[in-house]
Amino acid sequence: MNFFVLSLIKTALVAAVLLTTLAYLQWIERKVLAHIQLRPGPYRVGPHGLLQPLADVIKLVIKEGVIPANANLFFYLLAPILAVSLALTSISVIPFGPQVEVFGIKTNMELAGLDVGVLFVLAVSSLGVYGIAIGGWASNSKYSLMGGLRSSAQMVSYELPMALAIVSPLLLANSLSFREIVDAQAGFWFGIIPKWNVFAGPFPQLLSFVIFLIAAFAETNRIPFDLPEAEAELVAGFHTEYSSMGFASFFMAEYANILTVCCVASLLFLGGWQPLWPSASGSDFVPPALFAGAGLMLLFHAAQAIRARKWDRFSFPVFGVLFLALAALFLVPALKPVLVPLFWFVAKVGILVFVFIWVRGTLPRFRYDQLMRFAWTALFPLAVLNLLITGLIVALAS
Amino acid sequence: MLALPAQVPLSWYLILSAVLFATGAAGFLLRRNIITVFMCIELMLNAVNLSFVTFSHKLGKVDGHIFSFFVMVVAAAEAAVGLAIILTVFKNRATLEVDEISSMKL
Amino acid sequence: MDAILFLIFAAIALGCAINVVLQSHPISSALSLVGVMVALAVLYLLLGGPFIAAVQVIVYAGAIMVLFTFTIMLLNTGAESRPRRQALHTAIALPLVFSLAGLISYLAARQADSSSVVTFGGFTRGDPHTFGIALFTTYLLPFEVTSILILIAIVGAVVLAKKEI
Repeated sequence: MNFFVLSLIKTALVAAVLLTTLAYLQWIERKVLAHIQLRPGPYRVGPHGLLQPLADVIKLVIKEGVIPANANLFFYLLAPILAVSLALTSISVIPFGPQVEVFGIKTNMELAGLDVGVLFVLAVSSLGVYGIAIGGWASNSKYSLMGGLRSSAQMVSYELPMALAIVSPLLLANSLSFREIVDAQAGFWFGIIPKWNVFAGPFPQLLSFVIFLIAAFAETNRIPFDLPEAEAELVAGFHTEYSSMGFASFFMAEYANILTVCCVASLLFLGGWQPLWPSASGSDFVPPALFAGAGLMLLFHAAQAIRARKWDRFSFPVFGVLFLALAALFLVPALKPVLVPLFWFVAKVGILVFVFIWVRGTLPRFRYDQLMRFAWTALFPLAVLNLLITGLIVALAS
Repeated sequence: MLALPAQVPLSWYLILSAVLFATGAAGFLLRRNIITVFMCIELMLNAVNLSFVTFSHKLGKVDGHIFSFFVMVVAAAEAAVGLAIILTVFKNRATLEVDEISSMKL
Repeated sequence: MDAILFLIFAAIALGCAINVVLQSHPISSALSLVGVMVALAVLYLLLGGPFIAAVQVIVYAGAIMVLFTFTIMLLNTGAESRPRRQALHTAIALPLVFSLAGLISYLAARQADSSSVVTFGGFTRGDPHTFGIALFTTYLLPFEVTSILILIAIVGAVVLAKKEI
């Protein structure tokens, strides 16, 4: 098939899935946080608040976009556009699965397979700071300016340990392409432990994985490193003066960044779409078993629905059947080579995203001087040490 | 309507580099704000980098890329020291206009 | 296709470069300069240098220019004043600069033989592998010297930022 048409179809597919995921990430975050704090979370709009993202979008779109007095109008409007477009750009080089053949068409499960994909993601994410810094400056407000200043210093500082942590898996795979890095992590030690970089012998990349995750929290301005928007000190930091679509764009950019760093982390350290144990031992049947189990559980609860929650008498059977249908999809031979790797990849990314939300519900915020000291005196030397050991091992092995 | 060549002549890149360099030089001569003057120097360095990479393409060697890599490293070091100097100057004189920072003593 | 891409990104680079000089507020200049750097990175890609293009964006646009924006935002001095002598300076400087650009362009166009063209994919030695091997064999000494230079710069910046001078 025509390369152009194929790319167009893939782009449309990825864009649709990505934007829906971004909208629902916010719902998931609110639900998880609520359950951590023993609350039900959003419940009113749709069954279990499932239509909440839609309601939020409508609310944000029809709100008035206030432009503060004496704001630099051009930069004020440019900043959220810059933030969200840069955040969405990185996804284009992330592969979601191996080369697959669907209906006789061979294609890679990615939008653009760059030889220097890792560098591309690093380059785009290093530009991401401009959206926040410019937004903070252009708002003409002291809180915004403080947020913008903090964010630019913080993101430049944490980019160093992040880049150094990324180098170790690159060294092990001897490549800068995500696809080759994932391919290098295929196989199993003793036929059971996956050869992912976090389990790589003789020197597991656990340390660099942890450093990468910590730096990723700082890069995406999440708790415990959300100093640029610390609401206790700075009202809302760099987006204090933004309302309506400007605020929505910054919000979306944050979730897109979280998704990107989780994808990168699972590709570089957790073996991307490589399964947890060999498919010879039945790892292909994990997704259908999981989905079937979830569906059956919902159907079981539907049979004895709680009277107070009227919605559940409708939603439980519907979602139960939906999950059973999903489980059946994984058993179709034509779709299996596409869906099973995709499942493993999405599962790893999902777990990492859950960790992001979990940490938000658990940890308090750092003080600013602690944040900077931590980056330069703890994280950076550790990353250098890890890189030295990895380099030595790679040099000795070759 | 000028017909576009199928392939870009090497001289186009060199001319672009020359024009960028001259723009940077103009900014260096005309602007008053130290930081802007500094940025115009960076613009000139960038123009030179473009020439290096173009020559690399012409010669079929990677050396030009390495030269521009070193230019970037030196520019990073220069920016760190230069901006520290600018901060100190601003702390002592409360201005960034180059004309007003002409005396050696306060 | 190559020519169209070149013209688009050359126009962006040139427009942003002129904007760097014309804008009166330093932060506008800084962002225009980021535009120049990103456009130049695309031109490096066209010239067959994916690694140097990535380094250009990561180091120049993502680190050095962030430092500039940070300083500008920190000092927050506002737009630059335009003294009256400015017109005279412009009148003298602009012809000189235009003749400089014209001279270099003329020489470049004359020296480069008309047969030499830039083809996308015609130069593949700009990949990270070749780059790394050249950097750590032929250019090992300059590489080590730059590390000392950076150390000096770090010490210098710390000393300047710390004390009252």
